Amino acid sequence: MKTENLTLKDLYFKFRDPEAMKNFANLIKKEAKNLKEPMRVMEICGGHTHTIMKYGIKQLLPENIEFIHGPGCPVCVMPKERIDHAIELAKQEGVILATLGDMIRVPGSKGSLAKVRAEGADVRPLHSTLDVLKIAKENPDKKVVFFAIGFETTTPMTAALMEKAFKEGIKNIYYHINHVLTPPPVKSIMGSGEARINTFIGPSHVSVITGAKVYQFLVNNYNTPVVVAGFEPVDVMESILMLVRQKLNNEPKIEIQYKRAATWDGNVLAQKMIDKYMDVRDTFRWRGLGDIPKSALKLRDEYSEFDAEKIFADILPKEPIDDHKLCICGKILKGLAKPTDCKAFGKACTPSSPLGSCMVSDEGACNAYYRYAR
Amino acid sequence: MKLTLAYGGGGEETNKLIHELFYKNFSNPVLESAEDAAVVELNGKTAFTTDSFTVSPVFFNGGNIGKLAIAGTCNDLAMMGAKPQYISCGFMIEEGFEFDKLEKIVKTMADELKKVGAKIVCGDTKVVPAGSVDKIFINTSGIGEIIKDNISAHNLQEGDMVIVSRDIGRHGTVVMAHRYDVDTDINTDCKVLWDEVKALIDADIDIKALRDATRGGLSAVLNEWADSSGVGIEVEEDKIPVSDEVIGLCEIFGFEPLDLANEGTFIVAVGKNDAQKAEEILKKFNNQATIIGSVTSDKKVTLKSPWGSKRYIELPKGELLPRIC
Repeated sequence: MKTENLTLKDLYFKFRDPEAMKNFANLIKKEAKNLKEPMRVMEICGGHTHTIMKYGIKQLLPENIEFIHGPGCPVCVMPKERIDHAIELAKQEGVILATLGDMIRVPGSKGSLAKVRAEGADVRPLHSTLDVLKIAKENPDKKVVFFAIGFETTTPMTAALMEKAFKEGIKNIYYHINHVLTPPPVKSIMGSGEARINTFIGPSHVSVITGAKVYQFLVNNYNTPVVVAGFEPVDVMESILMLVRQKLNNEPKIEIQYKRAATWDGNVLAQKMIDKYMDVRDTFRWRGLGDIPKSALKLRDEYSEFDAEKIFADILPKEPIDDHKLCICGKILKGLAKPTDCKAFGKACTPSSPLGSCMVSDEGACNAYYRYAR
Repeated sequence: MKLTLAYGGGGEETNKLIHELFYKNFSNPVLESAEDAAVVELNGKTAFTTDSFTVSPVFFNGGNIGKLAIAGTCNDLAMMGAKPQYISCGFMIEEGFEFDKLEKIVKTMADELKKVGAKIVCGDTKVVPAGSVDKIFINTSGIGEIIKDNISAHNLQEGDMVIVSRDIGRHGTVVMAHRYDVDTDINTDCKVLWDEVKALIDADIDIKALRDATRGGLSAVLNEWADSSGVGIEVEEDKIPVSDEVIGLCEIFGFEPLDLANEGTFIVAVGKNDAQKAEEILKKFNNQATIIGSVTSDKKVTLKSPWGSKRYIELPKGELLPRIC
């Protein structure tokens, strides 16, 4: 295919091809008949949850294949006290708080960034992390706090922002780092001993950065097959077939279906840049999962003067906030319950006023159920 | 030249603005009679609507806030089967706004009015201190004689067909692209839709409901109709026209074309037997016009994928924000 004639449709259309979808559905149905136990697939990443719900993939699969929606939604897992940090920072005189898109509407313990923005705070939703440079340059007398969130996918962008800001001598950007790591929550879920998951769909873009190698512990410790999958519906269907075949052959291993972008070792340059600016925290609290050791990042000590958590330490609330009593997000994440098993689902807990993590963004399991499959 | 507070003061400067800008462009005897209220004559049942317009940016690909202010109000009338006739127009302008820009907006409004044959018959202008409004707000109200009665969101019945007048999501995409500094050459769909509606009425199409898919997009219209009429609607994903550019930008931002605003796109529900004919008529205005689905009995709005699976279409909630990753 000549690139000058390449259209958008060429780039995505085959990954949403109805014939391919039907063929994969038939193959999966045929081969899954021979499974000795039901296949309980965790898609780790919220992007896959979104694809599965949006494209109605569950309806194409036989009854012995079940999805358990994973913890990979960055705004969902952010504990309320961290969101309260963002809100407190935004309220400060002379501060502009910049953060990625849908963080704006996530509620903390007393409202959201959208609410404080309405009350006069300067909150900027970003499409691209590097837009922070422009905001900082245009407002030299303001402190621009970048509230950084996301898994390994968005972490390199924060590192790149720091690299550029330092190179250009921009001194009025402060970083509040909430970047989290993918393997630790999965380890925590499997390590609890009660999780019912026996196969994994590995994240697309996280894996582009980390490489597929980071999931090796799932094969070694739990004998579970892992397939790193692309985000398009055909990618997910092909990956499910690959998982069925691994189960049938009883040879758990890591396979990469998302070959067009993900590799075994990942993006080594990005990994190095992250390592240059960030270090692993001793522990981090996850909404729905609690405290997980070594599961998130912080700025390295040498950049303390730009670390919003240190510079603004006096005004940031320290008390951890427990999850709501009714919320069963922890059980949902372990595959022990479905969103519809929760008493609060769709009643006390809705996308407009979420009680628990999984209802927060449209990548969370409860939110996806609420929107697409009630 | 920049507009100062004096232009809203009611004195000489205001007069100058009225005569040299508004009368010149919106010229008609009712307006220029300069009484305290416009005096007009109407026949029979009349539709009456109002809307306020605020958009950032004020100028965008294929239009500006003035075009929106005329198209928006005229379309609300058209969607009730009423011919847009008389429009009122209030400007709230932030001190320091460029006269040239205001002139450009006013000329665009005049052009749109000409296309539909409606007139601005009364108006008001305020210039307010910097920071009190964001550049310029416009309020337009409109009245028009109802040509076809009994078009209502409450009319849908099982078996009716749903048609969209063109590809969806353009206006929302253009505005988002401007806001997030993404270059694009696609234009807004912003347009007065009376000609299309009139063609359907003239052909005696069995029109049940009409609605322009503005904020909330196609998703909002389908959900509002289902709710008002106590029915369900099922649409087919591969029938809904969306341009490559809109799909592309939605992929980048993580938006759904179904949820994005349109300003010159409408949805019409018609009796089953008239669906083909209505589609043919609308295709003459835009060849993307398509029958996208039908009214069902199950009280849910569903989208059917090309591979047969179904999901609900929800009413969009909250502010549209780009997804994180």
